[in-house]
Amino acid sequence: MRVDYITGNTAIAEAAIVAGLKFYAGYPITPSSDIFEYLARELPKHGGHVIQFEDEIASINAVIGASWACAKAMTATSGPGFSLMLEAISLAVITETPLVIAYVMRTGPSTGVPTRAGQYDVLQATYGFHGGLVIPVLAASTPQEAYDLTVKAFNVSEMLRTPVVLLTDATIAHTYGKVIMRERGELEIIERIRPLTPPDKYKPYEPVKEHVPAMACFGDGYNVLVESLTHDERGYYAPRTDVQRKLMWRLYRKIVDSAPKLFDYSAIGLEGCDYAFISYGSTALSAQVAAKMLREKGYRVGTLKLRTLYPIYEDGIRKLVSSAKKVFVIENNVGLYYRELRAILRDKEVVSVPIIDLDLPQPQEIVEVVKQWL
Amino acid sequence: MSTLTIATLPKDELLAPGHRMCQGCGAAIVMRHLLKALGKDIIIAHATGCVEVTTTLYPETAWRVPWIHVAFENAAAVASGIEAAVKALKRKGFINPDKKIKVVAIGGDGGTADIGLQALSGMLERGHDVLYVLYDNEAYMNTGIQRSGATPMYAWTTTTPAGKVWRGEWRRKKDMISIAVAHKIPYAATVNFAYITDFYAKIRKAAEIEGPTFIHAFSPCVPGWRYEPHLTVKIAKLAVQTGIWVNYEVEKGVFRVTTPVPKRLPVEEYLKLQGRFAHLTREEIERVQRMVDEDVDYINKLAGTTVIGPVERK
Repeated sequence: MRVDYITGNTAIAEAAIVAGLKFYAGYPITPSSDIFEYLARELPKHGGHVIQFEDEIASINAVIGASWACAKAMTATSGPGFSLMLEAISLAVITETPLVIAYVMRTGPSTGVPTRAGQYDVLQATYGFHGGLVIPVLAASTPQEAYDLTVKAFNVSEMLRTPVVLLTDATIAHTYGKVIMRERGELEIIERIRPLTPPDKYKPYEPVKEHVPAMACFGDGYNVLVESLTHDERGYYAPRTDVQRKLMWRLYRKIVDSAPKLFDYSAIGLEGCDYAFISYGSTALSAQVAAKMLREKGYRVGTLKLRTLYPIYEDGIRKLVSSAKKVFVIENNVGLYYRELRAILRDKEVVSVPIIDLDLPQPQEIVEVVKQWL
Repeated sequence: MSTLTIATLPKDELLAPGHRMCQGCGAAIVMRHLLKALGKDIIIAHATGCVEVTTTLYPETAWRVPWIHVAFENAAAVASGIEAAVKALKRKGFINPDKKIKVVAIGGDGGTADIGLQALSGMLERGHDVLYVLYDNEAYMNTGIQRSGATPMYAWTTTTPAGKVWRGEWRRKKDMISIAVAHKIPYAATVNFAYITDFYAKIRKAAEIEGPTFIHAFSPCVPGWRYEPHLTVKIAKLAVQTGIWVNYEVEKGVFRVTTPVPKRLPVEEYLKLQGRFAHLTREEIERVQRMVDEDVDYINKLAGTTVIGPVERK
């Protein structure tokens, strides 16, 4: 275990190395570039490889290639770059390729304010790619969480054979904080399931554990089919409704059914509260301070900071805020994740508190908005 | 063209002062003289990059000509659209058909040699009447000095760090003029503002020729190359005098060096002024010298005669 005072971006890079990152493909984009720069210096010392590509499309596709060669692989980007990666994410979803994308959000759309923060891309992170499925999205609000969730992102990607998005923003990226860095041996490190059957019995898309197939990599001696067409368990193209149904439901279920296992949050004062604040990422820090300010004035306000945004663990969230009469969803955008929570918290009033700020929404501003509803 | 001298350069300033480009910025010099050479009747599509960010801080702009910022990868595609629209509007009589309007696309080396290469190739292949200007500062300077396809051998960048094992960039610079010329375009040329009349002559020629034309402009960067701001023009001049940069043009397939260098200086003269090469050993400098010697041989072969001479050691 090491303790250091580092930025969110450095925490991601450090954690990725500990999680077993062996290949990083990058393309410069503010505010994520220093993850790349740090790994360019450090990853080769740990036997890993860092390559700069000509754009984000090439970067994410190189990550897919590296993952099939059995290296733990990642890239990092921001809004415009993630938009370019979307086609390849769909490819990674149907081919069930484990990979991690650190998505450092900035003020958008387009160039926006590249050096400042926002949470505009929270829905895009999971719904952006085509094909109507879901990929796990984890959200960090501090450098410590950035460290812990990066390890978790690799674990989830390996366990479920899926792309995983680690969501942060410009504020977290460049804020220094104390980070306790647990090393290998002190952490659970999950590796993808490898085939135990002999090569002639291996079916590359036959689920062996909770909808997840065993992954043979290039060079393992297996006949590996990386198939982007609708395929059966052998990986053969099969343009049939029954095959498509089976494939879609399996790819959907393997993520959605893992929601309880992936659920990660921190709660303050939710038991017996009248009002609950739900937030995520950097805004959660302001929400916690705002809740404290209101508690000091006698309001029973609790906070729920979500670290897993997708898949949504509906029962878990419902239970945590069950005593609240009103739920406030505080976020630094026009009220995006609110739509998700409104859909699952149907028995209570859910109020959107969208506060657009180039940095953190100020707690005082949250209090002022929320007070009108108390 | 031959009458152009420093004294007769256009007086109109179409790039307004007050922009946020660095003191001594090479790209600022490129843009200023590019606009002087082109005049007012142009429309610019500008890829994301240093110049875009530093010249257009809302609500201000340094551009006294029609100018549009596009995304990182698509300056050539947007310029193609503008050019096609101008054509259509002329045909329909909304714009005077006799008015000469030049559409200009501008991109840095990242936006041209890397992420924008596909759009550039499409534009050149479709034959749009667009002048594409690449200002080459040899890395992604806007995002913090990451290497690009145009970063030269051994240059330090934040993604090609210089240490015991890695010695900065370990690959050679992408030859953008050859890529452009491979599209059989009517005109492509390199320019260096240390040779300002040559710079003007080529920009004007490229603008006058109908069809896709390509200009590759040398553009030193103070923070990225790590040198003192007052050295910009000196470094630009040394690039030519050492043979690291050659001023040439390819007009309808005919190759011509426009700035002959009868006696070259050693590359060290150029390298030693820049912090990005400060880690180089004597041996590595020699290797750069040999590479440049090879490149010069190739240029001389294309020219059919010795236009760039041998290194003259002091």
